[in-house]
Amino acid sequence: MSDFLIINVVIPLVQIGVLLGILGLAAGYIVLAERKVLAFIQSRLGPMRVGPHGLLQPIADSLKLLLKEDLIPGSADKLLYVASPVIVVAMAFTALAMIPFGQGITLLGYHIPGVIADVNVGILLILGISGLTTYGIILGGWSSNSKYPLLGAMRAAAQMVSYEIALTFAVLAGLMVAGTLSMVGIVEAQRDMGVWFVFIQPVAWGIFTIAMVAETNRAPFDMAEAESELVGGFFTEYSGMRWALFFLGEYTAMLVIAAVNVTLFWGGWMRPFPNVEALAFLDVVPSGIWFLLKVTSFLYFYMWIRGTFPRYRYDQLMALNWKSLIPLSILNLLVTGVVMLLLA
Amino acid sequence: MEIYAFYAIAAVVLSSAVLMVTSRNLVHSVVYMVISFVAVGALFILLQAEFVAAVQILVYAGGIVVLFLFVVMLVNVTETYQVEFLHRQWLPATVLSLILAAQIGFLLWGNAGGLAADPAASASVLRAVDGGNTETLGMMLYTDYLLPFEVASVLLLVAMIGAIYLSKKRV
Repeated sequence: MSDFLIINVVIPLVQIGVLLGILGLAAGYIVLAERKVLAFIQSRLGPMRVGPHGLLQPIADSLKLLLKEDLIPGSADKLLYVASPVIVVAMAFTALAMIPFGQGITLLGYHIPGVIADVNVGILLILGISGLTTYGIILGGWSSNSKYPLLGAMRAAAQMVSYEIALTFAVLAGLMVAGTLSMVGIVEAQRDMGVWFVFIQPVAWGIFTIAMVAETNRAPFDMAEAESELVGGFFTEYSGMRWALFFLGEYTAMLVIAAVNVTLFWGGWMRPFPNVEALAFLDVVPSGIWFLLKVTSFLYFYMWIRGTFPRYRYDQLMALNWKSLIPLSILNLLVTGVVMLLLA
Repeated sequence: MEIYAFYAIAAVVLSSAVLMVTSRNLVHSVVYMVISFVAVGALFILLQAEFVAAVQILVYAGGIVVLFLFVVMLVNVTETYQVEFLHRQWLPATVLSLILAAQIGFLLWGNAGGLAADPAASASVLRAVDGGNTETLGMMLYTDYLLPFEVASVLLLVAMIGAIYLSKKRV
């Protein structure tokens, strides 16, 4: 086999296969971790029956979901109803292809990069493709042809479009410092400057972190689901494997946006304090492990705030975005520009 | 290879655009519109304009059409089945589209030489920055094309103020 074929076809295919395989299993365990963390926050034990400390629960759950009867409401728009969960999962996985997981390794004489596709407008494309998951949610809610899903879908549409603005402005502030749109380039810029961007752009990081929770429809901004008011929100009518696909999509989207946060503000795959020589022994730990540690901290953060904060009311949610986050993020851009001009 | 990719993507763009206009269900129309927009983004990538492609997907497919969908879902879709789609506007609409078709046809066949840019010059602009044309695009927007850029932004501002004025409650 020629080198060209191996580098451009075989290696990416293997990377995609490994990623999909790990993710399919990991998503189930993230759900289990969430149930456990929430349980501990509420002084409960969580799942304990299947396997030691409930460790086999995800496998039992997926078996149950696979064997469930596949229901499609009679008055549903069949094509869109079937397509919606697929859109959510496909878009989340596509965005995942542009996340740099580590420095890459050399195996059998071939360099295997830590990212499947290093696109030079990577971060914009990730935001754009993640934005397309909104369609899965809206169309899923609409095609169910039922009241609660429609309400959930309308909320999701307004919420995700609004918070995308604050999110993009926060990313722009980070990009002004980085000077590149490539995900790999952003990490390299932080390495060259010897500092994580969260210390240069703390305001942008705060806005990004709030907006990312809203963008993934997670508590306390889970207006699209809001199980206590809308039954199940946009996926009320879904059951079995299609419902599980929505879940897989949601958790993958969480993973993607947490990875963007880590890459842009927390140094990506770099060890802590990349500028301190005395800590060089930390490089023994592979770059991918550092990255996963940071991402899982964010996943824990998601669960933590879900167990801590009550859900926002819809008007409070909108007011927070349009009256606080967006003006603040524009001001942050302005200040960043002025400071950069003065320092140049 | 590239030409086949172009034909495949162009077929998607055109067929989804036709389906968007002919579809009787408004939500389906919006979905076809999204497919068309994303495929246009793919065309930009074929032209090595990655930044424009990302913005096309981020702003048009991901932002504006979501708002279209939002509005379409607010109106009662079942009633629009009964509505006659050809209104009194059919005459001006036909005339205007014929004029547009004539213009495009003139550009394509009558003036083919004028459209084709100097390949060497455009290649140098594209490859001016190593690893992408985002920086070149930004520089050109803020230097050579500053006036059209500012005019466009003022136009958007006017549209925004107009929209806020129209939707505001009378006090």
